[in-house]
Amino acid sequence: MSTVAVHRDDVGSKIGMWLFIFTELLLFGGLFIVYAVYRYKNPVAFHLAGEELDVTVGTLNTVILLISSATVAMSISAVQYGNKRATLSYLLITILLALFFMINKYFEWSGKFGHGMYPGSEKLTELGQGEVLFFGLYFAMTGLHALHIIIGVTILLIMLVRIMNNKINKTYFVQLENSGLYWHLVDIIWIFLFPLFYLIS
Amino acid sequence: MDNKDNTHIVKYRTYLFVLITLIVFTFISVAITGIQLGKLAVVGALVLASFKSSLVLWYFMHLKYENQFLRLMVGLVLFVFIAVLIVTFFDYSFQ
Amino acid sequence: MSNSHNQESSYLDYKGRFKGIFAWIFSTDHKRIALLYLYSIATFFIVGALLGLAMKLELIAPGKTIMEAKTYNGVFTLHGITMIFLIVIPGLPAVFGNFLLPIMIGAKDVSFPRLNLLSWWVYIFGAAVAISSQFLGNGPPDTGWTFYAPYSFRTTTNMLPAVLGAFILGFSSILTGLNFIVTIHRMRAPGMSWLKMPLFPWALYGTAWIQLLATPIVGITLLMIVAERTLHIGFFDPTLGGDPVLYQHLFWIYSHPAVYIMILPAMGVISEILPTFARKPIFGYKAIVVSTLLIAFIGYFVWGHHMFTAGMSGTAQFAFSFLTFLVAIPSAIKVFNWIATLYKGSIQLKTPFYWAVSFLFVFMIGGLSGLVLGSLATNVHVHDTAFVVAHFHFIVFGGVGYAFFAALHYWFPKIYGKMYDEGWANTGWVIFFMGFLILYLPMFVLGIMGMPRRYFDYVDEFSRLNIVSSLGAILMIFGLIVIILNLVRSARYGKTAMANPWGGPTLEWQISSPPALENFNEIPVVSKDPYDFSNVKLG
Repeated sequence: MSTVAVHRDDVGSKIGMWLFIFTELLLFGGLFIVYAVYRYKNPVAFHLAGEELDVTVGTLNTVILLISSATVAMSISAVQYGNKRATLSYLLITILLALFFMINKYFEWSGKFGHGMYPGSEKLTELGQGEVLFFGLYFAMTGLHALHIIIGVTILLIMLVRIMNNKINKTYFVQLENSGLYWHLVDIIWIFLFPLFYLIS
Repeated sequence: MDNKDNTHIVKYRTYLFVLITLIVFTFISVAITGIQLGKLAVVGALVLASFKSSLVLWYFMHLKYENQFLRLMVGLVLFVFIAVLIVTFFDYSFQ
Repeated sequence: MSNSHNQESSYLDYKGRFKGIFAWIFSTDHKRIALLYLYSIATFFIVGALLGLAMKLELIAPGKTIMEAKTYNGVFTLHGITMIFLIVIPGLPAVFGNFLLPIMIGAKDVSFPRLNLLSWWVYIFGAAVAISSQFLGNGPPDTGWTFYAPYSFRTTTNMLPAVLGAFILGFSSILTGLNFIVTIHRMRAPGMSWLKMPLFPWALYGTAWIQLLATPIVGITLLMIVAERTLHIGFFDPTLGGDPVLYQHLFWIYSHPAVYIMILPAMGVISEILPTFARKPIFGYKAIVVSTLLIAFIGYFVWGHHMFTAGMSGTAQFAFSFLTFLVAIPSAIKVFNWIATLYKGSIQLKTPFYWAVSFLFVFMIGGLSGLVLGSLATNVHVHDTAFVVAHFHFIVFGGVGYAFFAALHYWFPKIYGKMYDEGWANTGWVIFFMGFLILYLPMFVLGIMGMPRRYFDYVDEFSRLNIVSSLGAILMIFGLIVIILNLVRSARYGKTAMANPWGGPTLEWQISSPPALENFNEIPVVSKDPYDFSNVKLG
């Protein structure tokens, strides 16, 4: 093992986090390219398939994620003020909102599954070609997004514990900032997913 | 190493304003899909989404308070992605 | 900044918390991680080279010689996956980048040493998953390294591990790139402004950005293939409305920039070696820096030239052909700068210099044949023929491979603190170089004659040139053996190397050979240009 003294470089670690966010953006970017191409080729089918999705649930989830994004940002201000209780509460609200999001998502997906609509299902493959692609993309993109929510919640929970242990405090909070950045990324992706899937009918 | 340039504290109020703007624009984008805009609907939805995500980047993700380099890089990454999308469509829009 | 380190224990002898092999595989020291990569890559390279030899032996005569058609398909797929994903993409950055980047910018380590170790573990894990595809399920994958849809999700062979392995290897590549960018931004020694940074770190910087911005696209594309195989979503399945050509677009959006992930560090290595052996500052430092960044940038938008016969629109074909010609300009700028560096230099003919100059030779042949492929009309004629195989072996093997050997001989004294036997090293180079040309030059001709790639058989009229080519392969492997044996032997029994055996101007030559654990006693303060030879002392 190296004995190099642990050097602390908050700016460096934030740059590192941003670079990681770039890779995530491009990961979804690949799917957005696929979406753009297939929507261009099947405008009508995408239009029809979009009607199958519930705008209310989508809007609700958008608002939930936006609020959670604001609260995680506020928790960083709170830690900078040195207010541990506020930090913890804002973070807790964020995590609860994320859970709400997942519950909504669960009911939405299980409703689809109940109607025999899941990737590779017979009912789905009987639909028109464009609609198959729409739902394929819908499940892939919102599924990958949900995976990111789960990872994000896990990270935020770790942050919660570290704040309680005072590992994260007024003078050292770059980890919380980086987790916040990750959470905002999840938000940004949803900001694009929402109109592309729910609002195209 | 300097760890100084993250001393800027954003006020809760700023976040609240941004949040309200974001929610308002969400409802606007839902509302305009009710109007028959045809092809403009896609453009409108994407413009609104871009505006909303810029707000998130600028305020929530602190780009406003970060150094020039990061802002440049975010711009570069978005540019590269959009350019890749456009170049891909050199194929699909001329088939 | 002097040789005062010599009394201190080097990174090779350092004893830490763990013993034996654990002191290596759990070390976060960038130099030890570099050697971990070196040994793993060397192992895979020997496997990959033997697979290549097996293919050439199959092609020594028409019809079946040593293997069945199906085996041949498996062999060229594994050869491609090994060589591309396990060797040339990580190769130079992971081995020499890891070893030298911190030293050349005057730092004690990279920004995130533990992440660095994690990259290696992810690399090994990805390699294990990819290789497991050979032994599990319904036999080795037979799609070629490009995993083209729809065959890649219809074939019954064992695709999943190969695709997932490539996906995991992408992670390793991203982590290395991320680490290098932050390191270059944050860890440069006082006084080392951007334009005082040597060219190898510059090349690594450009490379790291491509690793970061291109790899995710192939990552998601490979995941889509996985989804296609397991869930039948229909992304690329024409029967469900998907578009297989879109797969090719997505694949090459990564895999063409990946070519620059391979070649940029190679160019960086050459830019280090030529000034040292010409004892002259590099010609046009800024032009090389700018062309590095331009290659990284334009290289992102040329992917379509792999798909000229795939049924793209005429507009796209035109655009991609044009962009391909554009990217040739910065590459040519570099070549002119290298040649101008040699002009009127006081040249020392040492092994790394031979490798570097032969790099220039093969790189130019590879680059010019690339223009043949970049032009639409000629591309259609030689598409998917042996010409393409010859072209990319001149670039990927001739470029990256030669630069790798150049780097290995150039920095060998620094890495091991020993000198290699120069006579044997030069002998190995001559045999290898001859073998290389005899192997690949005939393939240009064969391709123009119309011999398709990826077939285990061919018509009789191609047989004469194929015999020549296969004999070249045997000669080249022989040269390889000489080179490797010489280096392995010298690492143990070679004469002790001095701190600066070649008279190199950059920071790595101002510390002991091998470097101490933390590279520098004190972080150096840089005031002169990277290729300033005043005050450079031999020894």
